[in-house]
This record gives sequence, structure tokens and C-alpha cells, in this order.
Amino acid sequence: MSKKQKKVVEIRTSPHLKKAISVDQIMRNVVYALLPICAWSVYQFGISALALILVTTLTCILTESLFCKLSGRPNSVSDYSVIITALLLALTLPPGFPLWMAAVAGFIAIGLGKSLFGGLGYNVMNPALVGRAFVQAAFPVAITTWTPGFVTGRFVEFIPSTLAMPFMSPVNTDVWVKQHALDGFTGATPLALQKFEHVTVDTMDLLTGTVAGSVGETSALLIFVCGLYLVFRKMMDWRIPAAIFAGVTLITLPLNMINPELYPTPLFMILTGGLMLGAMFMATDMVVSPMTMKGVLLYGVVIGVLTALIRLFGGLTEGVMYAILVANALSPLIASVTQPKIYGAQKQEAES
Amino acid sequence: MGLFNLFRRTKTFKHGVHPMAHKEQTAHLAIKRLPFAPKMVIPLAQHIGAPAASLVKPGQEVVRGEPIAEAGGFVSVPMHAPVTGIVRSIDHLVPTAAGPKTPAIVIDTYEASTQEVLYGLEQDLETLPREALIKAVQASGMVGLGGAAFPSHVKLLPPEGKSIETLIINGCECEPYLTCDHRVMLEQTDKLLTGIRTIMRATGAKRAIIGVEDNKLDAVNAIREKLPEEGAISCEAVETKYPQGAEKMLINSLLGKEVPSGGLPVDIGVAVYNVGTMAQLGDLIPNSRGLIERVVTVSGPGVSKPGNYLVPIGTPLRFLMEQAGSSSDANEVIVGGPMMGMTVASLDVPVTKGVSGIVVFEKEDEDQKNRPVFPCIKCGACLDVCPINLNPSMLGQLASVRQYEVMESDYHLKDCFECGCCSYVCPSNIPLTQYFRIAKAINREAKAVAA
Repeated sequence: MSKKQKKVVEIRTSPHLKKAISVDQIMRNVVYALLPICAWSVYQFGISALALILVTTLTCILTESLFCKLSGRPNSVSDYSVIITALLLALTLPPGFPLWMAAVAGFIAIGLGKSLFGGLGYNVMNPALVGRAFVQAAFPVAITTWTPGFVTGRFVEFIPSTLAMPFMSPVNTDVWVKQHALDGFTGATPLALQKFEHVTVDTMDLLTGTVAGSVGETSALLIFVCGLYLVFRKMMDWRIPAAIFAGVTLITLPLNMINPELYPTPLFMILTGGLMLGAMFMATDMVVSPMTMKGVLLYGVVIGVLTALIRLFGGLTEGVMYAILVANALSPLIASVTQPKIYGAQKQEAES
Repeated sequence: MGLFNLFRRTKTFKHGVHPMAHKEQTAHLAIKRLPFAPKMVIPLAQHIGAPAASLVKPGQEVVRGEPIAEAGGFVSVPMHAPVTGIVRSIDHLVPTAAGPKTPAIVIDTYEASTQEVLYGLEQDLETLPREALIKAVQASGMVGLGGAAFPSHVKLLPPEGKSIETLIINGCECEPYLTCDHRVMLEQTDKLLTGIRTIMRATGAKRAIIGVEDNKLDAVNAIREKLPEEGAISCEAVETKYPQGAEKMLINSLLGKEVPSGGLPVDIGVAVYNVGTMAQLGDLIPNSRGLIERVVTVSGPGVSKPGNYLVPIGTPLRFLMEQAGSSSDANEVIVGGPMMGMTVASLDVPVTKGVSGIVVFEKEDEDQKNRPVFPCIKCGACLDVCPINLNPSMLGQLASVRQYEVMESDYHLKDCFECGCCSYVCPSNIPLTQYFRIAKAINREAKAVAA
């Protein structure tokens, strides 16, 4: 409309240049980094995993749109952050998780975890983990029912529990597992095996993901490589996973040296469960992590230490989710005590 | 810190950004003299401090180089006629790059008048006492030519109890597009060194370091060739990084010292001058002349004859841009560099003493496009680039809820010198620098009202 005038002189204040990278580009690249993990999970668990990913994605997008409409904000689906939440959520669920429960998780993740706080940038905790924490409390059995991967016919047949009707108790998968699983499959995750039966799974299996576990947490190596992609694109803060691994090592290394029978090695801890996925993709959620060098390191160590403590001494086998959520909650506190020291700061200023 | 320096190729400071330099457009072009514009506009307040007071009357004839306004106080400088001609008016309000209109002396240029300066007397610098040197610097009307336009002589007199040990000569030119300092260092090396020696004598500084970004190594070599071994003056290459040319950053890069927050370089015994200022002083002081022209880079995608022009102070932008082959339909005209310069609303704005460059954008390009603003995602990119180590993210969030006092009391708003790095990197396209400017202005007003 302003083109009616022949000459348009732009009046702006400096700087007049802009680095060509924006939020939606960062978010889109995170999605790209997650896609190989999704693809691997579909290969491993078949159409059940695919359905899970599709259902969370759809629910998250619909929820975001709904809340944007209700609050009169412009629709923010196009910034891709909602897709990240949806994919991360799906990746943390067991492969045979009933789809209707996944939809509930997606709704809670975006609705409670993000939109109620004001959308992207304002949430206090990682939305995907909020959604998962909710279903962990609401459906404790379904979320700890593990089914084997690489089952023949996984691309044509759903895991029976996947299609459970809403508010019905899911089909017991024991029979199905017995029919399909290779010999010796117990439905226990490597962490549970270690904790309760003191059986340590081979490191190679942990790296490649041929173990029981959530949809996207099985192959530590793949997750690590995908994370590296983001690090090299400078779209992820590598100091956070590094600090988390350091925190885990800090607790487990001394214990392992004292009693290797009872306590696993730091490497085992890092490669098992959701730690790799959590450290690489969830703890590094920019919105809920601190920004200063000191703050980032403190935050990472807190997550690492808490994860190790929950796993070793808590009632649960897995503690990454709660460790990250607690650290998210601590993040503003961490930020306030780790403000950067400014150029030319004077001593007396620090006191005021 | 010390450990990092071991691995560093060149001296530098922490943080900062690397915008595209775009210097190739003009870096190889020798300085060219610009013809006189038919009408010259010399604002009386074109430096920091009190405006100059006019010495001439409308209708009076002036000679190129003649003083036409005297300093309005200690922190002020006189003005000199850039052309031979007739004063048309002395209180005409003219638009300026900063926004408000200010009174200016307008001179109609005599056609075919000579570019030679006929005004001024030779003086022997060696015999002049310090006080006389400082007076001579003020009389030359010299201000910081790097853009700040702060009267140069004021920095020569350190406050009671402080002294200037080290002179830092700023040849970084970290702003994209600008190459005028580069050309000055190459073409006016002798004048530059004369200026530096004069100022060293005026301040009593024991040494002088010329800091040049390492994308101008030809300038470094040109200067080093003229320097005696183990002399008091040295020339150092520093990393090419924005804002290397900010005085606090350059002091940090070269000396490893920090200027105290809220303080001045003189607090740590340092004075910083731009190379252009030194070269002009080296030219003007020996002949007791006044500052009547300066080198201006005219560049950018909207200019067909980009280059470094020796422009008489008071030349309207319109005339300069016509000479440089820029269409007057330009979309955006920036006075200064694109990182810290100002866009002008009118091409009647004259070139003043602090104008180092004109960058013209014809139409919106990728760097310029107004991109959608997202909420802050706390990525911390701004913290990683802020040369002062502020927390721009937090400041921005406070600004968006108008907590301007908290920004100043708890988050060091006053230490921000508006280099623009945070806005430059922000992936959410939040206009952080612009917010901080508003916050500072509002705090200033609030204080003025309270007082």
C-alpha cells in the first residue's frame, strides 16, 4: 500500500544488518536432526511406532492451533517448535503405548506444558517431558510395558496394545510378546536388568539399539550423531550434554570403583535409558535452560547427578525425565546466581 | 585468559560478531576529491558538547578555510568555511542525521572557486608548548572522525590526578562497507605519524599503538615501513571482528586492560584516537588550518560509483550521492556504517565532521528484510556476542514489560554502548539494541523530571 508513493525511505535505527538465521530455521533443523531417530524407531518397532509419532504430531499441532485460537494469538505452528515437542514426546513412549494415551500426552504437553504459559519462549519446563510425566502418573502400567523390536511382520501388524480403546484397560501384551519375541526377551530395559537382576547388557547392543526401551531411546549412537549435527550447525549448546555426562560420571565412577558388582560403569549409565536422548535433545531445549557459561554447566551437572541418584537409589529405574524437569524448574534460580560479570566491572559494584 | 592468548593468532577481545565486510567495493579505490556543491550547510552543533557560535553575518563573503563560528565553550569546537562564497543565512534550521533540526550556516558557493586553502599560517610544532598545542587542536575544529565527533582537544587534558601513558590509534574500521580509514592509512601515512607525534607531545604519552584489523595488513605494512625500530610508536594487527573498533574493545585487545564500568579510558591512562583524526591533525596543525573536509566512504548496493571521496564539510547528501552515481530513489540511506549508523529521512542532511560513510541500499535485500519477530527462546546467542558481557536477553525481556529502572539498576543497561551485536544475531529478530536505546532515553527523561 505504501508503494503508492514513488519513493519509500526506510527509517530504522541501527544495526541495519542481520545475520541470516532465525528461530524457525533453528527449529526446523532440530526436526531434521530428529528424523533419523524417528526413522530408526519405525524400522525397529514397525507401524506401531509410526502410528505413535503421527498421533502425537497431529495432537500437538491441533492443540497448538486450538490454544492459539482461544487466546487470539496468531497461529504459531509454522515455527516448527511444536513438531519438536511432538517428535520428542513420541520418542520417549514405549512402542506399544496405546494411541489414545499418546493423544492425551500430546494434548497435555502442548496445552499444559506450553500454551498456558504463553507459547514458545515462555514455558518453564520442556513441554514433551511435561506430557510424558503426566501419562507416567496417569497410566503407570502402559508406560512401563516394553515390547521387543525387530519382530517379523512389524510393518503390517500393530502391537496389540497400540489400538486399545480409550478408557479401556489395554490388552495384555504378554501372550503376544511370547509369540513374537526371540528367546530370552523379558520385556525389561537394560536399566531394569541391571538394577534388579544385575545383568549388564553389552555396550554394542546399547549403541545400536537392539534392546528394549522407549521408541526412540534405544540407539545411543544414532542419537549422539544426530545431536552432533546440531552442534556443528551451532544450533545446540554442546556444553549441556557434556556437563550432564560429567555429572553422571561424578556420581557413578566412584561407586563403580567401590563396588562394580552393584553399581554400573558411567558409560553404561550414559548409554542406557533416555539419558542420551534427554541430554542431547531435551535438556538442551533453549527455552528452559540457562544461558550463561556457568549457568549451563551447573544446570547440566544437576541433571547428570540427579539422574544417577534416581537410577541408583530411587524406586524408579529411570530418572532422566524427572532430573530434567527439576533442573528446568531450577533454571531461573541458576540464571539469577550466574549473571555474567560485565566488562570493566568494579569490585564495589558486585556488592550492590 | 592468558592461556587462550597463547593460542590466538592475533590480539582480540572476547565475544563480538563477524558480519560480511563488503569492503572490496571501495578498499582498492584511491581517495578522490569531490567538487563543491552549489550550497553548503554547516550545522553549528555537529559535535558532542556546546554548539559553536556563529562569527559571520548573512551576506558576508567568506574564504575557504576562514573561521565562521567560534567554540561555544571548552567542550566545543570552532567551524571553518568549507568553500569560498557568500553566507546566505546563519540560523536556518536544517535536518540532521540524528533527527532534530538544528541551526546551520548556509553558504552559497562561488562558481569556479579554487579548492586550494588560502587560509592559515605555518607554525613550528617542535617549539610550541603543550598548552599552545592543545589550543591549536581546538582551533582546528577537530573532533573524533571515527563517528563519535567528540572534540579532540578535550581528551588531551586528563583530569586532575590522572595522566595519559598510552595513546591508542584506532585503525580498526570494523564497520562493514567503510574503507575511508583504510585509504587514509595507506595514502596519508606520513600525515598520520605527524599527527600521532603531535598528540603524544600534547598528552605526554610515552607510547602509541596503532591498532589495525588484520584484513588491512597492507596498511599495517605501510605504517610499519615508516616507523623506526624500537620506537615509541608501534603498529599492531588485531583480529577482524566487529566491534573491534569500539575503544573499550580495542584497549582490551591491545593492552589486556578493561576500562572501569562507567569510567573513561583515561582512568587507566589511555586515550584513543581515530587514524583519520590523527592524519587530519598531522595535516592541519603545522599550517594552523581548520577542519573543512574529510574522507567519506560512499558504498553499498545502491551506488554505481562507490569510492572514498574527500568531501567538504557541509556538502548535502543529495549532492554527494549524485556524484557517486546513486539513484535518489534509494530505499535506505545510512550515515555511518550499517551496524551503528543512522538512516536519514531527508537527503538534505549535510555531511558533518563525524560522518565516516554513506551506505545506500536501493531495495530490500536478504540482510535488510523485516523478518517476523518471535518470542525470546533464550538461546543465549546475544550473551555469546555481547562485547560488554551483558545479558541482552534478560534486558530485552525487561524492556518488553517496561521495567526500565530494573534494567539500569540490576542489569547494567548503562554499560551498553549500542554496538548492535545482540540485534544482529538474535534468531527471534527482537530489536534489542533499539529497545535499549528507548530504555536509556526514558531513564534519562525520568531522571531529568525527578531533578
